[in-house]
Amino acid sequence: MTTTESKLETTGVSTSATTGSRGSRILGIATIIAMGWLVAFGLGFSPEDRDQREAVRLLYVHVPTIWIAYLAFVVTAIGSAMYLFTKKKSLGWDRLAGASAEIGTIFVAVTLVVGALWGRLTWGVFWQWDARLTTTALLFVTYIGYLAVRQLGGTHEQRARRSAVIGLLAVLEIPLVHWSVRLWRSLHQEATVLGTDADVNMDGLMLFSLFVGVVAFTLLYVWLLMHRTRGMAMEDYLDDRGLDEALEARRAEGEPAARAEGAN
Amino acid sequence: MSVWRIARLVAAKDLRIEWHSRVLTNQVLPFAGVTMVIFAFALDSDAVLERVAPGLVWLATMFSMLVLVQRTFAVETDDGALDALRVAGVDPRAIFLGKASGLAVQLLVLEVVLLFAAVVLFRQTVPVDGLVLLVTTLISATCGLAAVGTLYGGLAAGFRGRETLLPLLTLPAVAPVLIGATRAVEAALGTAGAVVSDGWPWVGLLVVFAVAFGVGGSLAFGPLIDE
Amino acid sequence: MEDAGFIFGSYLLTFATVALVAWRYVRSGRRLARRVPDEEKYWL
Repeated sequence: MTTTESKLETTGVSTSATTGSRGSRILGIATIIAMGWLVAFGLGFSPEDRDQREAVRLLYVHVPTIWIAYLAFVVTAIGSAMYLFTKKKSLGWDRLAGASAEIGTIFVAVTLVVGALWGRLTWGVFWQWDARLTTTALLFVTYIGYLAVRQLGGTHEQRARRSAVIGLLAVLEIPLVHWSVRLWRSLHQEATVLGTDADVNMDGLMLFSLFVGVVAFTLLYVWLLMHRTRGMAMEDYLDDRGLDEALEARRAEGEPAARAEGAN
Repeated sequence: MSVWRIARLVAAKDLRIEWHSRVLTNQVLPFAGVTMVIFAFALDSDAVLERVAPGLVWLATMFSMLVLVQRTFAVETDDGALDALRVAGVDPRAIFLGKASGLAVQLLVLEVVLLFAAVVLFRQTVPVDGLVLLVTTLISATCGLAAVGTLYGGLAAGFRGRETLLPLLTLPAVAPVLIGATRAVEAALGTAGAVVSDGWPWVGLLVVFAVAFGVGGSLAFGPLIDE
Repeated sequence: MEDAGFIFGSYLLTFATVALVAWRYVRSGRRLARRVPDEEKYWL
């Protein structure tokens, strides 16, 4: 067996060039199997809906993705709070918050796209300004803002503190937005008379297909989270190493000159 | 010194700077006015403009607020004044309340001017029985806007490449104010058959928003500007 | 199935997006892992 030793900026050795582990591999396989079940049930075994017909199949993807996105943002809030309010201030919490927000944002984007396609089939339009869609769109933009704040630069601790505050503020903002949009749309009846609601009376096989979707996307979320947090940990490590080396190089520059002066 | 006293001093300082530099009157108000005018170019219909005038007033307020917030923090970061305040041990909640109050006063002036512009340009009328609602709306909406603006302004202040973050963070956060304030003003002015009593639930929303961001903002401001 | 195009297309789009994100995370993870010593890899 050959171990590939890479030339590193440190004295350490890297024999494992992956963010995978036994746990993540098992999880990955489980995810793929669950997704397979989702396709089988969502596209095959489950029946069409009485009102929506085949369009209901899109809900088996659309609904899980937004639920998991909410979960992801809650995890971000927890990570943010743990970073801010624990004495140790471990950056692991910050990376958890950041990775979860990234994945959550991607899931919201998928929700919006699949939702638009669903709307095209059921309402005849890709978009309408009802409470749910509007709030989801604002949710998406809010977390784009969170991700932008993470890119502001500075030390890891600065990044962690800033985004933790923003992550917690987002949890404050979203209910306010939701409430105001709900109030707004409930008073404007014109827009909501576009026919079928997303609340389908699901039972039996349809409910099971939705359940399979939730399980599949949850597994996916956890798998993505594991890989991303590990990747982020390595990015932070290499960042720190890069800074250390720059400082070393700078110090080394000054030494010959200082020695020369001392000799005089 | 108590938090309130420091806040008053900070607000007074900001307003004094504004009084002498006249950025609000010479740059921001004209910008707001121009915005109202170009709405007319884009929307090109007296009936439409009359119907949406309350919304346009608040849209123009939002955009002008971004400029105002940039300004209120540029004043601090140009000479490192904000850092000096923090290093001197000044309570960040006091700084937040002071700057938010100063910003609120300027925003109120802006909104009154914009309402006046709407009366002139978009044929709005202000019925007497809507006046209380109108004033209450202005005050509660302004408090919320000032809190959010100060909070995110502190984050986006000073550094190149950070200021462009301000609109992205602020506008989604103030969406409830835009919705609520527009509906409330529509009720106050009687737009599209709205009656004054329609507006009060919206004022409730605006008050909750202002309190939430007033409290949340004063707590969050410290960690956000500590660098 | 009516609207089969939309339905299959949506599922395909979703899985393609997911696969792309997964691939990018794994690929960047591999690149980084080559440069980081094993002691730092807490998952091993």
